Amino acid sequence: MTALLDMREISMVFPGVKALDRVSLSVEAGEIHAICGENGAGKSTLMKVLSGVYPHGSFEGEITYDGAPLRNRRIHDSEEKGIIIIHQELALIPLLSIAENLFMGNEVATNGVISWPLAMQKTGELLRQVGLNEPPSAVVGKLGVGKQQLIEIAKALSKNVRLLILDEPTAALQEADADRLLDLMLELKAQGVTQIIISHKLNEISRVADRITVIRDGAAVSTLTKAEISEDRIIRDMVGRDMAHRYPEREPNPGEVLFEVEGWSCQHPEQAGRQMIKGVSLNVRKGEIVGIAGLMGTGRTELAMSIFGRSYGKSHAGTVRMHGTPVDVSTVPKAIAAGISYVTEDRKALGLILDEPILRNISLANLAGIASRSILNKRREAQVAESYRKQLAIRTPGVQQKVVNLSGGNQQKVVLSKWLFTNPDLLILDEPTRGIDVGAKFEIYTIMKELAEADRGILMISSEMPELLGMCDRIYVMNEGRIVGELARGEASQEKIMALIVKDVGRAA
Amino acid sequence: MADQKQSALAGHLRENGMLLALVAIVVLFSILVAAQGKPMFLQAPNITNIFLQNGHVIILALGMLLIIVAGHIDLSVGSVAAFTGAVAAYLTVELKLPIVVVIPLTLIVGGLIGAAQGYWVAYWRIPSFIVTLAGMLVFRGATLWLLGGQNIGPFPKAFQAMSSGFIPDLTGLEKPHGLTLIVTAIAILVVVWIGVRSRARDAEFGITPEPTGLFWGRTVIIAAAMAFVGWQLASFRGLPNVLIVLAVLTILYAFFTENTVQGRRIYAVGGNEKAAKLSGIRTERLVFFCFVNMGMLAALAGMMVTARLNSATPKAGTGFELDAIAAVFIGGAAMAGGSGTIVGVVIGALIMGVMNMGMSILGVGIDYQQMIKGLVLLAAVIFDVYNKNK
Repeated sequence: MTALLDMREISMVFPGVKALDRVSLSVEAGEIHAICGENGAGKSTLMKVLSGVYPHGSFEGEITYDGAPLRNRRIHDSEEKGIIIIHQELALIPLLSIAENLFMGNEVATNGVISWPLAMQKTGELLRQVGLNEPPSAVVGKLGVGKQQLIEIAKALSKNVRLLILDEPTAALQEADADRLLDLMLELKAQGVTQIIISHKLNEISRVADRITVIRDGAAVSTLTKAEISEDRIIRDMVGRDMAHRYPEREPNPGEVLFEVEGWSCQHPEQAGRQMIKGVSLNVRKGEIVGIAGLMGTGRTELAMSIFGRSYGKSHAGTVRMHGTPVDVSTVPKAIAAGISYVTEDRKALGLILDEPILRNISLANLAGIASRSILNKRREAQVAESYRKQLAIRTPGVQQKVVNLSGGNQQKVVLSKWLFTNPDLLILDEPTRGIDVGAKFEIYTIMKELAEADRGILMISSEMPELLGMCDRIYVMNEGRIVGELARGEASQEKIMALIVKDVGRAA
Repeated sequence: MADQKQSALAGHLRENGMLLALVAIVVLFSILVAAQGKPMFLQAPNITNIFLQNGHVIILALGMLLIIVAGHIDLSVGSVAAFTGAVAAYLTVELKLPIVVVIPLTLIVGGLIGAAQGYWVAYWRIPSFIVTLAGMLVFRGATLWLLGGQNIGPFPKAFQAMSSGFIPDLTGLEKPHGLTLIVTAIAILVVVWIGVRSRARDAEFGITPEPTGLFWGRTVIIAAAMAFVGWQLASFRGLPNVLIVLAVLTILYAFFTENTVQGRRIYAVGGNEKAAKLSGIRTERLVFFCFVNMGMLAALAGMMVTARLNSATPKAGTGFELDAIAAVFIGGAAMAGGSGTIVGVVIGALIMGVMNMGMSILGVGIDYQQMIKGLVLLAAVIFDVYNKNK
């Protein structure tokens, strides 16, 4: 077999981060090539380089495709050559029909006039090809994610795809839908479509992939053939070090109960009567780090946000206690006053004002702390920001720097500073290390450890199980809006957490 | 370090650029006017008129800045100014109420109008563009209705003084106007002192200060300009009341936006509403406040215009909203919200005012005036975007 795609020594630097460090990737014609690596390892960046999201010249290195150098000026250039990428976040327009979406930007038209009968007929053929039984006129937004994924593939087929890139295609899918998708991938392979799949799920990879390239911290670590694929090997390559050294040593010393939630429930904000959180009870002790594990979409973020000033949902019920006394958390200012902080999952959209400087972001949640009689003391503001910059080692030339220029890890430290300045007793950290490189992760863990040692309580939500196992004194397992189990530090393991979830899924079904 | 130096310079570049543009425009008109053999452009009556004729734009722009910083827009201010002007005229002329009652009452009416619009924008999340577009139509109609299609006027002297009066000369000097000179001198000292202080503070906070030459160059130009304007005004009829009102409001709003908790929060709301909300800021209440404030300032502008024209007319205030919005964007605010300064906005409004007056003196037709103003707005915003992308 010959190589269809050859990416050599690709390097890419963003302000503050080296996203890719001389990564090479070779994909042979007709194979399914898997790329795996941790969050933030550089997988998606590499694919964006390939598809032309980052044009030729914005990175170093050479790409050869089909025997000729590939120099994309824009996405359109790579699409013309049959390289189609399906992103994690689907790029469909929910209010339009399947047919309209399929030929978006590629309309079946003569002289700018669309021929709908022809478009509908072609759509029908493509849908049959991907095994989707829906009328071409169906509105995309009303279909499930699994079906939308198939529409994306049909769209790729309509563009005469030769190299199809799927970025975590099954992340949001139910198992049956995921299975169907993997079958389709094998079918496409039989038809000669070369594919790249980015995935964390090792069972999927070993089912469909011919070869695997593991990427870690922006560098390609290894390329394994089917015979060499084993879970242990992949994990070792992905992580690159022993679990023991990825988390700071700490000796848990939990005190009395600090934070208690009892019978907490709430409904979906728009769909009346849909119960999202169902009678959750949990507690956090002083100096304790407690985790909430669960699959995506099981209501962990919704739970945290609904407690934090009813920022999510409606028809809330249940009690929240701090230091044994019931507290009013019906608005964000009240929750903050009760000593609760919530570090959001999506720091760019919900945590930071990107165009403002670091010091203004840090003071935002506690402006009273730098003001007297409502008049700001800017000297104090600068001092506060400066002290957090030193304390949390925020790497920046100065606190006047806009946060948009910082790397993910440093941005997260700014968000943490903002909340620490409100002097909380309890910090709820929602995916605190998402999209952060490994070194910065360790720093965030160290900050968490120090906070716990200062007798604060930490409730950590995370989708990365190793992180929960490495950091938490106790782990609650959540599924479908309920707590389905609680594991102490000693007894928790990835298998046990999964078992609790799977058992619950079985019970629900 | 390089990054930071750049961003500090870029920040200064923007403010200095605005000021430079204003100076350049003034110089340009001075030359053009002289070339036509007309009397000096910067003579006292013209200077006075720039403030009298554009005072309402500056006042509206102050409120509009808060609205735009919060991420909204208000298209209704022209109609609201017309309506509140008509209300003031009705109260003064038809009901014969004294001015001390009319002014607060009209401001309250303006505030209520702002509240009525702000309520839908803030608490119902109806786009401000739509709410205030509706308000623009409603209050234009309400003005016609209240005036019955007629003009109301003339007004008693006390009411007119609001827009066309001058401060009394308490020193008894009269020629030149002594109090005007004293106020000018104090203002110059204050401006220099504030400049020196904020520069010292920049250094203390580790912000790269602008080069010493640039700072003093600018400060000297500003001080000289103020001294010149003060002297000219003093040799004419003294400081117009309008200028005092404008100066006080500008200082108040500049202080509010830069140095108070609520002012800071408005920027946060415009910068990232969700993050602001999750940081414990009551975003709805702030947006509501911005609209109430806008309504009151529109009422003030409405009264000033009505007093200057000495009659309330159904057509008053047409296009005011666009002048105010243009001043805000020329002044460097971002369409998306979250940025913009009061000083920038005032300079923006002055640039427009000087251009209006200069072109009128030169005898440039209204057709060309509109086109040129439009292009200046576009150029100012392109300059911003270019700087940001560089």
